[in-house]
Amino acid sequence: MAKVEIRSEFCKSCKLCIMACPKDVLAVGSKVNAAGYEVVEMKEGAECIGCASCAVMCPEAAIEVYK
Amino acid sequence: MEKIYSRPKALQNRATGYCPGCLHGTTVKIIAELIDEFGIQDSTVAVLPIGCSALDCWSFETDMIISLHGRAPATATGIKRNAPEKTVIVIQGDGDLASIGLAEIMHAANRGENLTVIFMNNGIFGMTGGQMAPTTLIGQKATTAQGGRTEAHGYPMHMCEILNELKAPYYIQRCAMDSPAHVREAKKAIRKGLENQMNGKGFSFIELMSNCPTNWSMSAEKSIEYMREYTLKEFQIGVYRDGGEK
Repeated sequence: MAKVEIRSEFCKSCKLCIMACPKDVLAVGSKVNAAGYEVVEMKEGAECIGCASCAVMCPEAAIEVYK
Repeated sequence: MEKIYSRPKALQNRATGYCPGCLHGTTVKIIAELIDEFGIQDSTVAVLPIGCSALDCWSFETDMIISLHGRAPATATGIKRNAPEKTVIVIQGDGDLASIGLAEIMHAANRGENLTVIFMNNGIFGMTGGQMAPTTLIGQKATTAQGGRTEAHGYPMHMCEILNELKAPYYIQRCAMDSPAHVREAKKAIRKGLENQMNGKGFSFIELMSNCPTNWSMSAEKSIEYMREYTLKEFQIGVYRDGGEK
């Protein structure tokens, strides 16, 4: 089982990670960061396969992937 | 659990200066990853232009210089010739490289300078407010072409094809940044460009097709769709030259 961690201070809520994810694991959450962006987070119970497509696309290098 | 993807060390610990969804950020990130992988953080000089690409100065944790508008290849020539042990990475946008800096890039390429040039092409002047660039598509709207670019404004300039007419360049490739697969391909191309420089092969030119959600007046997701539907049809990705003369 893999997982992604999003460093909320960098996220700009552009949704490129959501677009890149083949398993529909990510969604915009309700948490707002200091810059005013709604931070992306992993959906509850979602099955991440650790392909790192989201992290490859992220323009802010905000995503870390664990496998 | 093992960490398989993390933020590169060659990036400063702060958010980029770019708008949400701008693929400039992704480009900076993959260059920083390569700097980490080669272990060249202390010997890299990033030569930045005027325009949005200059915002890379908030991202790279390396030596940097912001040159005069369009003159980045000339500045880089001076640095590389005087300090050949440095890895010199030139990053320019289309408003910088293809308009005011057209002479500098042509002559640096024609001399076969031992540089790696990354050309971010998003088809518009980003920082100055969405004016028409030499690479703007026919029909694409800009603040200086409110009804869209027409033939009277000229046609989009294809820099890879133009540089491929010269004898001296060593490596010319156009990549896109619209999907994870394409980003990985772009990283491979930049890796090759840096290796060419380290091995003293000469001029490497990598064009990266990018977006500008703010000045294209659309969301980041829509801008990716626009790229796939229009931009990538006009600008064909591929290797134009690999290994010296064509």
